Amino acid sequence: MKEVALIYLVTLGLAWPLGRYLSWLFGERFISPGIATVENGLLRLAGVNPNAGMSWSDYARALLKLHLLLAIVIFLVLSMQQWLPLNPDHIPNMSWDLALHTVISFLTNTNQQHYSGQAQLSYFAHTLGIVTLQVVTPAAGLATLVAILRTLFSNTQPGETVSVGNFHRDLLRSVLWVMLPLSLITSLLLASQGVPSTYQGATEVSTLQEGTTQTIPLGPVAAMVAIKQLGTNGGGWFGPNSSVPLENPTFFSNLVETSALMLIPMALVFMLGFMARRHRLGWCVAGVMLGLSLVSTSLNVFSERQPNAAVAVTGIQGPNMEGKEVRFGTDLTALWGSWTTQTSNGSVNGMHDSFNPLGGMSELMNMFLNVTFGGIGVGLIGYLLFMFVAAFIGSLMIGRAPSFLGRPLETREMKLASLALLLQPILILGLTAITLAVPGWAGTSNPGPHGLSQVLYEYTSAFANNGSGFEGLGDDSVWWNLSCALALMGGRFIPMLAPLAIAASLAGKRPSAQSRGTLNVDTPTFAVLTLGVIVLFALLSFLPALVLGPIAEALRA
Amino acid sequence: MSSRSLLSGIKPFPLFLESCKRLAPWALARNPVMMVVAIGTVVTFAFALWHYSQGLPWRLEMVLFLILLATVLFANGAEALAESRGRAHANSLRATRQNLTARRRGANGGIDEISADALRRGDLIEVEAGELIPADGDIVEGAATINESAITGESAPVLREAGTDNSGVSAGTKVLTDRIVIKVSNDPGDSLLDRMIALVESAKRQRTPNELALSVLLAAMTLIFLVVVTALVPMGDFLGAPLSVPLLVALLVCLIPTTIGGLLPAIGIAGMERALRANLVAKSGKAVEVAGSIDTLLLDKTGTITLGDRRATAFLPLPGVEQSALREAACLASFADPTPEGRSILTLALDQGTTVAANEHADFIEFSAHTRLSGADLPEGRQVRKGATDAIRRFVEEQGGHYPRTTDGLVEQVASKGATPLVVAENHQVLGVIALSDVIKPGIRERFARLREAGVRTVMITGDNPLTAAAIGAEAGVDDVVAEATPERKLALIREEQRKGRLVAMMGDGTNDAPALAQADLGLAMNSGTQAAKEAGNIVDLDSDPGKLLEVVEIGKQLLITRGALTTFSLANDVAKYFVILPALFVVALPNLGALNLLELHSPDSAILSAVLFNALIIPALIPFALRGVRVRPGSADATLRRNLLIFGLGGLLLPFPAIKLIDLALAWML
Repeated sequence: MKEVALIYLVTLGLAWPLGRYLSWLFGERFISPGIATVENGLLRLAGVNPNAGMSWSDYARALLKLHLLLAIVIFLVLSMQQWLPLNPDHIPNMSWDLALHTVISFLTNTNQQHYSGQAQLSYFAHTLGIVTLQVVTPAAGLATLVAILRTLFSNTQPGETVSVGNFHRDLLRSVLWVMLPLSLITSLLLASQGVPSTYQGATEVSTLQEGTTQTIPLGPVAAMVAIKQLGTNGGGWFGPNSSVPLENPTFFSNLVETSALMLIPMALVFMLGFMARRHRLGWCVAGVMLGLSLVSTSLNVFSERQPNAAVAVTGIQGPNMEGKEVRFGTDLTALWGSWTTQTSNGSVNGMHDSFNPLGGMSELMNMFLNVTFGGIGVGLIGYLLFMFVAAFIGSLMIGRAPSFLGRPLETREMKLASLALLLQPILILGLTAITLAVPGWAGTSNPGPHGLSQVLYEYTSAFANNGSGFEGLGDDSVWWNLSCALALMGGRFIPMLAPLAIAASLAGKRPSAQSRGTLNVDTPTFAVLTLGVIVLFALLSFLPALVLGPIAEALRA
Repeated sequence: MSSRSLLSGIKPFPLFLESCKRLAPWALARNPVMMVVAIGTVVTFAFALWHYSQGLPWRLEMVLFLILLATVLFANGAEALAESRGRAHANSLRATRQNLTARRRGANGGIDEISADALRRGDLIEVEAGELIPADGDIVEGAATINESAITGESAPVLREAGTDNSGVSAGTKVLTDRIVIKVSNDPGDSLLDRMIALVESAKRQRTPNELALSVLLAAMTLIFLVVVTALVPMGDFLGAPLSVPLLVALLVCLIPTTIGGLLPAIGIAGMERALRANLVAKSGKAVEVAGSIDTLLLDKTGTITLGDRRATAFLPLPGVEQSALREAACLASFADPTPEGRSILTLALDQGTTVAANEHADFIEFSAHTRLSGADLPEGRQVRKGATDAIRRFVEEQGGHYPRTTDGLVEQVASKGATPLVVAENHQVLGVIALSDVIKPGIRERFARLREAGVRTVMITGDNPLTAAAIGAEAGVDDVVAEATPERKLALIREEQRKGRLVAMMGDGTNDAPALAQADLGLAMNSGTQAAKEAGNIVDLDSDPGKLLEVVEIGKQLLITRGALTTFSLANDVAKYFVILPALFVVALPNLGALNLLELHSPDSAILSAVLFNALIIPALIPFALRGVRVRPGSADATLRRNLLIFGLGGLLLPFPAIKLIDLALAWML
């Protein structure tokens, strides 16, 4: 318990100054001329006008174009890795559907893996393909968030053209001054703990049992793990992710990795308060998210301290240690499991499939909500989306025409918000239903409620761009690869860009003044309303599925 | 208002017929939520028939069908009820203008007698004393006193005159004196009243932008629940718990926001009807909704903040004069004075203990614009006068007296407090000054304080000089004062407020108010005003009462709060319904889920029926609420939000639990 509290405090303590730094960086205050010169030089080199403002649709188009380009290149790399350099272990090409799923999974900052890291990816594919996406996609989320905040809190007057910023500059700034320095520090810390960092091929070692040898795969692991944790990515170098000592050897490395997975999402909430110059708003949002986070973490810690029903039958008492590393114990695994699902990271230091039903359910709930800090950029963007809905209902409840920060919320905004909200239940429940309906498609390793939970978890994880798996699922099939790819894209681009469109649309309208009579979004009351909308929406959409999956399982136990 | 008066004049059977008539698919298609319920109703009926023909159990399906049908009828009934109330009110107004004939001036100067229905916009008609005015319009020649009680309920006659700001007349009102020529303002079927009726008739009604935006949200929720319920089929099959279609329909209907979906049209119509009941004719539904968001109210002093006339508030004697002597002289000068000012002098003096009685033999000197004083000559030779400063000075000096300089000091003292000084003299001696003050309407200060609490700024507009204006403004408790106001200043003020991001409401009647009325976000035009003003404003007040601006704001707020409150309530209800229906649906195949049957309902069938019944009955239960609107209480936005969240959010979450339990107990007892 003390370790859990320690990690919370350390992360909060680091997130606050980082948030301040980010607000300087993106609020364009105190920017040193050096930063701008480097950025301008690089952007000009890439043939981009660094000072051109973009409309929301230009911004979205630039983002999608870049993603498409990356997708094509990396799809080709994965399909041809056998013939490309840096492949000391002679790993073969990926099948087309697995390559497609893998590309989309990393393109959407999800890192859902239907392959096993070290066995199916060459060093080249890993470092050039996967790591590129692991750096670029969180930066794209951050850039979009910055564009939305900039637009939402701007003073545009009607008639002025609404510029949301320059995608290329925002992206470059995120990569250069956020993702890269933080990754460097983290990877050095991890390397100091003994996480491998090499381009050598796998090593052959003789084990204690005489005459037997074991192949130990190596690689540039430290750097990869750093960005995997920091960028809410989650795709590990090794199949078993951070539960393997080679990725996560010590208590300290575990502390660094756990903190790293929450650091930026938490810092962004503080950045919101600084950037919008609304500190109360920052604290309200942080309060709601921290509240949700603490509830979920406590539930998880409590759940994993209970005995595993299947093990308890044999007379063994004690906490649920199945699928957990003895080094970490249940508390640290439960904390990681909770944070990794809150932040849409998806890396693991234990197996979620063997969590007790309550723990599994709390993780599912984290991913349904997906705004408990959430993925980099997208978590807060999702929260903003719920704030729009809460502002619509809240304005009505005080007898005013709906507005957000004084700008009217009308049919267009509600259509965009509805579209972004609708996709979640439609894709998760729709795909779960189809998978269960067609015999042989599910490939579940369990019958009954747990089997249902496995399928539900997979799509939920895909839509939430989380990437963690319940495992035990035969998920490398054409159906799984394609359907997950659909959920991945649906969960990424529309929920990320619709709020940008809403922000731009709002910025184009006549702003009205704040007074005692207008809806104030900086108050605890509004924070509670937003929390209510978030929780109610998730419950109403997913309670039946939860009842038939983890709840039915828990009640049977 | 009791629920009886909500139904007064409404006959149940025609209402039922009207509700049935609205079952037509094209009528239902206007409301996606209820359309889904209607489709579910048909599907359930088909299953009931099919099961019956196959010899399978069919009674549960049939009962479900009846409850679902009732749900749709209740929603239709709510809409029909709101509409018939609105129409009843509009028709009573319309009845005043039936079978009227008009004398129209022909092109050649002749007069032809035609039916009022044949009048076109721009026609000139003549109306004489004792006749009813056949059409809405503007007086272009002459002046007349008119009895407008047919539309305002106020029997005191009013003066309407060509070329002034009071030139507007309405059809159905009666000319009492003189002869006027009126220019007709509308083509037949396009009068203000016709437009208002269109706002309360659902078939013609244009939904407001806010209603459309909310409908989008409700449609999205409906679609989500459609997916949730459909996805349960394969999930159930996977777990070996097949589900029947009628039960899934029951779940779907319980989940989709039928409460707000069913009452949404009624809420909108009822809002318009409340405006109409206050004799406010809105040109669009949007105008009433905008009222709720008003930040700044520009209020005319006279009629809104002060009563129309001034009252005596103090007697200020000159040095060396007894106050009782001043009071007595003031009384003697006012006994025969019929004006409200004169009566108020008597009232104040008597209140302060003067006992002097009227002398029957006194000669009363009437006020005239020329002399600017009034008073009385008593038989014993006393001449008492009260009047404007210079008139009294002339009177005293004519009598050979001396006008003391100290009088000017008193006069200034009175004027600086926003009051009008009236000097009193007896023969050649000045006695003192009476202060006549504008009387602030009772309760207006509290009303402004409430508005301020709700974040609404009040600005008083007056033609008075800045000193007087500031004094009255301070007394009434307005936030700002605009003195010596001209229409141009009003317009500039509105633009300035709007530039600061505030929504502005104002009232006006004159032609030169028209630009400001058009610029304001909410322009309330007096019905007595000119045609130009009425066309520029977006709401017309039939009572021509400037104080109505405050009522419009409340009606607008009420309309929006009712919508928001029922939406929240409707969605919060779903949590309880899940806890009722989900265990009932699956308990046979997955007995452990019985643990979720928190309410310990009688049986799965009774649980489902209870939930569906609750869902149906909550609609008529909330009809009074939808028609009357949520009570608007003063307070800041945050306090209002907190209260409404507690009542409708938390209340909506909790209420269904006991309600469904009670219905279940009743069902268990009956079955």
